[in-house]
Amino acid sequence: MGRVLTYEEKDTWMHRLCGVTKFVFFLLWSMTSMMTYDTRILLVMVVLSIILYRTSRTRWRQVGAVFKFILLFLTINLIAIFFFSPGQGTKIYGTDTPLFHVVGPYVMNAEQLFYEFNVFLKYMTVVPAVFIFIVTTNPSEFAASLNRVGISYKFGYAFAIALRYIPDVQDDFRTIRNAQEARGIEMSKKAKLSSRIKNMAAIIFPLVFSSMDRIDVVSNAMELRGFGKNKKRTWYMARELKPLDYTVIIVTALASAVALFITYHDGNRFYNPFV
Amino acid sequence: MKFGIKEVVAAGIGTALFVALTQVQIPLGFIPNTALQPRAALLVFISAVFGPIVGGIVGFLGHALGDAFFYGSVWWSWVVPEAVVGILVGIFANKFAIKEGGFSGKNIVFFNVIQVIGNALAWILCAPILDIVIYAEPANKVFLQGIWAFIGNIIIAGVLGSILAYAYSEISGKSSSLEKED
Repeated sequence: MGRVLTYEEKDTWMHRLCGVTKFVFFLLWSMTSMMTYDTRILLVMVVLSIILYRTSRTRWRQVGAVFKFILLFLTINLIAIFFFSPGQGTKIYGTDTPLFHVVGPYVMNAEQLFYEFNVFLKYMTVVPAVFIFIVTTNPSEFAASLNRVGISYKFGYAFAIALRYIPDVQDDFRTIRNAQEARGIEMSKKAKLSSRIKNMAAIIFPLVFSSMDRIDVVSNAMELRGFGKNKKRTWYMARELKPLDYTVIIVTALASAVALFITYHDGNRFYNPFV
Repeated sequence: MKFGIKEVVAAGIGTALFVALTQVQIPLGFIPNTALQPRAALLVFISAVFGPIVGGIVGFLGHALGDAFFYGSVWWSWVVPEAVVGILVGIFANKFAIKEGGFSGKNIVFFNVIQVIGNALAWILCAPILDIVIYAEPANKVFLQGIWAFIGNIIIAGVLGSILAYAYSEISGKSSSLEKED
């Protein structure tokens, strides 16, 4: 599975930030981009996120495959929006300026084009933020830091275990699939839908049951070592919040507040260039 | 509703399984973002065994991480409903009695009723509404997507989920394979 985002160690100011800081940034950022439909704000956010992406020194080979997939998905989605509701733009912006005829009863108007452009921007603001967060954050450090900001260490552990076992479970999946294919099970498109479901079960069952065994083994091991006895625990990978972390958090919070104020101050979250 | 060692590990490994199964899909049709997802069966199974907290975490974290790792973006409007399914099915974990080996007959029917209600709430109600509120997408598109996801999920959860739970109940409930002789 080459098309996966993973952490890569580098030495930039972004890599040195505490995982929690980047998480707060990511949450505030994606929340702001979810709430706003103000084109000016979205444009500023896209430019900013591209600049941030550049300073994180992320290489194209780390994210390229995923990015192409997102573009493909986004294109399908935008086309689907048009064919399901070609009047959505008019409904939002209140005017109707026909541009060109597409097919049958479908006519593209300026409002629709602008609305879909906004949808596109909305996705594009979040994508670099996710890339930066995953590529620059050490998962163990992040799980450890979660506890620092007051989240129960049990949850931090569940999170750490999840990240730790994703590659293992993927390996198991591949091993089981290869074994089943060697036994003559067809997993490609050539098989019928019903038999593909049945064949899928032949992989899922061993995978889930071996994972249930794994849950027993791991929880017994943790019990033997006295996990959960004390209210607090120490972490090897934890990081202190440094002045730079506080600066980033404060700046992000202020920026989102300003962005939301600009978006909502006229009582409407859409920026309307048509009136 | 306890969150002990076993639940911590189950939430972690359950999430890992859910994320790993994200890419394992059987396409259903031409509507974007919908396919038969074996991970939907995994979610109801894990929730039915380990309860609402584990179910909620696996649904929420699993969907968010899966989106982020494989699709480089997080669709919160579809993350939240996933947690709704996990929590709802998990609430009745004791009733299903899977770990105790009592998952048969009436319990299977009850499990499927809950599973269908949970999925309906999540995908026909929660997801489209969030899509409209957050992304202002056209209503007819998101409701069709939601209904499509609902149908796919109840099929896969009903078939694969029920069999998983039944098989696991058979294994874990029995203390030994010895049978009493007359």
